[in-house]
Amino acid sequence: MKRLKVTTIIALALAAVLGLASCGASQPSGDTSSETGKTTAVYRTIDEIKDSGEINIGVFSDKHPFGYVDENSEYQGYDVYFARRIGEDLGVKVNFVSTEAANRTEYLKTGKVDIILANFTVTPERAEEVDFALPYMNVSLGVVSPESKPITSLDEWNADDEMIVISGTTAETYLTQNYPNIKLQKYDTYANAKSALENGTAAAWANDNTEVIAYSLSTTGYTVGIPSLGSKDTIAPAVSKGNETVLNWLNDEITSLGEEEFFHKDYEETLTDTYGLDYEEELVIEGGVPAE
Amino acid sequence: MPDLGLDVLFKGKNMLRLLGGLWVAVKISLISVAISIPLGILLGIIMTSKNPIIKAVTRVYLEFIRIMPQLVLLFIVFFGSTSALGINISGELASVIVFTVWGTAEMGDLVRGALISIPKHQYESSAALALTPAKTYIYVIIPQTVRRLIPLSINLITRMIKTTSLILMIGVVEVLKVAQQIIEANRMSSPNAAFGVYLTVLLLYFIICWPISMLAKRLEKKWG
Repeated sequence: MKRLKVTTIIALALAAVLGLASCGASQPSGDTSSETGKTTAVYRTIDEIKDSGEINIGVFSDKHPFGYVDENSEYQGYDVYFARRIGEDLGVKVNFVSTEAANRTEYLKTGKVDIILANFTVTPERAEEVDFALPYMNVSLGVVSPESKPITSLDEWNADDEMIVISGTTAETYLTQNYPNIKLQKYDTYANAKSALENGTAAAWANDNTEVIAYSLSTTGYTVGIPSLGSKDTIAPAVSKGNETVLNWLNDEITSLGEEEFFHKDYEETLTDTYGLDYEEELVIEGGVPAE
Repeated sequence: MPDLGLDVLFKGKNMLRLLGGLWVAVKISLISVAISIPLGILLGIIMTSKNPIIKAVTRVYLEFIRIMPQLVLLFIVFFGSTSALGINISGELASVIVFTVWGTAEMGDLVRGALISIPKHQYESSAALALTPAKTYIYVIIPQTVRRLIPLSINLITRMIKTTSLILMIGVVEVLKVAQQIIEANRMSSPNAAFGVYLTVLLLYFIICWPISMLAKRLEKKWG
């Protein structure tokens, strides 16, 4: 009986401590709700961002050459270059937030970042959860093949030939749906797909065009016979659903940056090392208007 | 000697960045350990209670934490706290909260196990010596429990350090994330870097966890 009493007292004490702790934790929530006051929205408006002097932008920290961290701990890349310009034009400091492909939407839904610039491909499913601004880059599939036997079209596919794809990529889905007669050779990793092509086990390799372009430029004897295949998707900045002030500001920004050919400059600064100058028009969207 | 791409580690501040990432991981686990050990001891004592309500509540808490993958807990605390409660907490704080809640549950169970392993006659002898229940705990039960506990709780610490590899999912840049950043930034210039860099990360985890685990072994021998 006595022992039971001790444990009950401790239980009560612990409950009290936890209770106090949770009170302490809920204190700041009271503050923030009174701060945001009238609005219940998770996001910050453009004026709130300007007033705070800081903008939180979610980027990739490990997707070279779009968003990565260099050996001096500095964020770099095509997306980051644009993010820095946004900060400059708003007159605020940019806080880069390292995001993963899997949690980009969640960051916007909870307002933990103001803008996502993490190579975000515009899709109808995603557009239901976030708002996309005007696009600033194209992305589609590409096919790389040996220079000695280049593949420039998929229409007269030789029935004996096989095509390399990486499992789970859009290339696999696209080919299965649109070219069911092409035999696919599936690999799990980039490295395996690469060595398969180099060992000549297949006629060509289909993947994101940025990937195959980068591959053909770094490996002699291979050429991208089909630089863009299938539906052209675009990459655009995204903001929290309903955050119109930031969305409008971004759209105006992208349009006006078009006048100074900003994204061409961005490409030349960040992507030429990887993709060369030949694909500039293929990849860049200027002023938010994709080329036909 | 095969090319492991180890040269990327000596580019710029890369090695320092890796060590900085390791410090983030170690810091978060040590803070969590420091909080969860006292809380876990209290919880463990509570868990030995015969009161069915207290028993049920602590049991549910323990099982819930054990069944939930840590990654889910991290997402719930980091994103859920904002969407449900409107509190915006940093990734580091969210990690400390999750690791503390997890550590407290695990530690509580270890303490409960250690406590019930103390033979009943220890309690009875203390009562015979007219010790109050509080004194029984302080002078008789706790010293014996601690001996059985230390090796087990040290293992919990190493588990926590290793589990910090998940916090990169909520935006905390720790050692593994830095490794991925280094590998990706050099994907074109040194495609083999993945092996060398991950090997280095393995070594770093080992350097941190091995002495801790050795200490556990020594204490176990000494007191076992």
